[in-house]
Amino acid sequence: MSNNIVPTAKPVKTVDMHIGEAVPGCKKKDPILVVDGVSRTFGGLKAVDVEHLEIPRGAITALIGPNGAGKTTLFNLLTGFDKPDTGSWTFEGTSIGGMAAFKVARMGQVRTFQLTKALGLLTVMDNMLLGAKAQVGENLFRAVLPFLWRQQEADNRVKALDLLARFKLDTKKDDYAASLSGGQRKLLEMARALMSDPTLVMLDEPMAGVNPALTQSLLDHILNLKAEGMSVLFVEHDMHMVRHIADWVIVMAEGKVVAEGDPHEVMRNQAVIDAYLGQHHDEDLGEDPDAEKEHVGAIKELLDDEL
Amino acid sequence: MIDWGAIFSNAAVELISPTTAAYALAALGLAVHFGYTGLLNFGQAGFMALGAYGYAISTLTFGFPVWASVLVGIGASVVFALILGIPTLRLRADYLAIVTIAAAEIVRLLFTTNTFQPVTGSANGLSGYKGGFADLNPIPPGTYGFGPFEYNAYDWWLRIVAWTVVILACLFTWQIMRSPWGRVIKGIREDEDAVRALGKNVYAYKMQSLILGGVFGTIAGMIFVLPRAVVPSNYQTSLTFFVYAILLLGGAATILGPVIGSMIFWVLLSFFSGFIARAVEAGWLPFMTSIQAGQLRFILVGVAIMLIVIYRPQGIFGNKKELAFVK
Repeated sequence: MSNNIVPTAKPVKTVDMHIGEAVPGCKKKDPILVVDGVSRTFGGLKAVDVEHLEIPRGAITALIGPNGAGKTTLFNLLTGFDKPDTGSWTFEGTSIGGMAAFKVARMGQVRTFQLTKALGLLTVMDNMLLGAKAQVGENLFRAVLPFLWRQQEADNRVKALDLLARFKLDTKKDDYAASLSGGQRKLLEMARALMSDPTLVMLDEPMAGVNPALTQSLLDHILNLKAEGMSVLFVEHDMHMVRHIADWVIVMAEGKVVAEGDPHEVMRNQAVIDAYLGQHHDEDLGEDPDAEKEHVGAIKELLDDEL
Repeated sequence: MIDWGAIFSNAAVELISPTTAAYALAALGLAVHFGYTGLLNFGQAGFMALGAYGYAISTLTFGFPVWASVLVGIGASVVFALILGIPTLRLRADYLAIVTIAAAEIVRLLFTTNTFQPVTGSANGLSGYKGGFADLNPIPPGTYGFGPFEYNAYDWWLRIVAWTVVILACLFTWQIMRSPWGRVIKGIREDEDAVRALGKNVYAYKMQSLILGGVFGTIAGMIFVLPRAVVPSNYQTSLTFFVYAILLLGGAATILGPVIGSMIFWVLLSFFSGFIARAVEAGWLPFMTSIQAGQLRFILVGVAIMLIVIYRPQGIFGNKKELAFVK
């Protein structure tokens, strides 16, 4: 793990990951997560209805879509925080459909939350140590005998300090997590997730509520995850960021996957434009013109960036 | 005139009384539940009742030796914790509070009902189970001690055992709370979903905590009945609230808090009751009968606890820094 992070202007994109056409549900050459027929309804609302979806290994995949598209619900399902009505999915070839959240995490698929969950009245160091896997001293009976876990604890502490240094939180290690700023909590949550040496990191809106200065460093951290061989799946609203770092983009709308592909291609997809702007966006329905202007502006900006 | 010497010596007696030890241990159990894990257990009286009745019934009805009677009480509270925990620990914290307060009342009413009169003694309760414990006493008969702390051999034996148990429970709790196990437990108090996302079986940890704190309450129930008889009306909901008062007085997520809190609580209670009773006798409070005076002490203790909670909400031993971030 290196400590000298330089802002990466042009991240190295992973390309050529899919087999055949880049259509919704297309096969990947090396998928880490394969989802089949997952649905979840809340009352009469079908929040998630995904027929088939594959997440590529060793790449950064973005999950985008308008509000209410079912991104977070899908996230909760895949990480075991919610139970699906139907469906199954495999992680690294093992079926984990309906498995409890803590077991999913132990298999190497860790997540962060949209609303940061730093453990306020624990120190930053304790937050980090909590992330370590297979701790001997986490058994009630062995906890009474410190000589059984002292060495492991010391090793975890070294690892935690190393990670904290990377995330520039090492000077805060003895402070309560509650005293950190919102952005620092996001960093802490990501660092804590890394304590378990995950293979797939799932980030739910990592940029929400983070100031622009910190955004750059968060971006670099996400790119670093990939450089270290982890796969990343993240939910995001910020199109710039998606286009900048994602190798693959999956677009959801009304619970379904409506498009996927290379970030540059997918923005031009008619289904994506329909999902964001509504199918009749070119007809004047006299509805919420401000929001529409905003979206059109965002898309235009993206196209400008492209050129 | 008021006999201040008697008031103070009666209050001092409470400092090391077995009742103080029992309340300290019960409060330590609640510290594990509420202070460290964030479980709102309002049924500590139920756990204490199970200890008292488990011990007394095993001895009287089945003729078990002391160690077996203790194990029966502990076993009963483990089963009770499982019954409470299995349906509620997956739900939000408030549900556990509702279920425990109701379950503790069910336990008390089951021990009060006439149906089981031959075993439980119904409303009269049970007595005459102290023989086995007294026989284990290694102290030769006689009276020992000085000043207000002068007791016979049985009373000393009881105090030594009670406080030894409290000290051992404190050391045990202190050790596990500074271990990785304790870190997970405190993490659950802060946000159980975050802990779950880190691969910890939150449900199992909450269950362990519920059982551990419940067992502390059960042993406290046994200590509680050794200087007196088992009476079902002792295990009303107010008992749980007194234990909570002690816990908050000392500091919720502390080890020494429950112990010192219990000492302060009982010394204050004894002091107020002694003072008021004698003040009424001396005619200082002409508007009050001696029966009313008996109740006034709880009002005064309530006011004292309110003042402490308002001006020192972290308790006596709580960390002031923690309080800066309480939501």
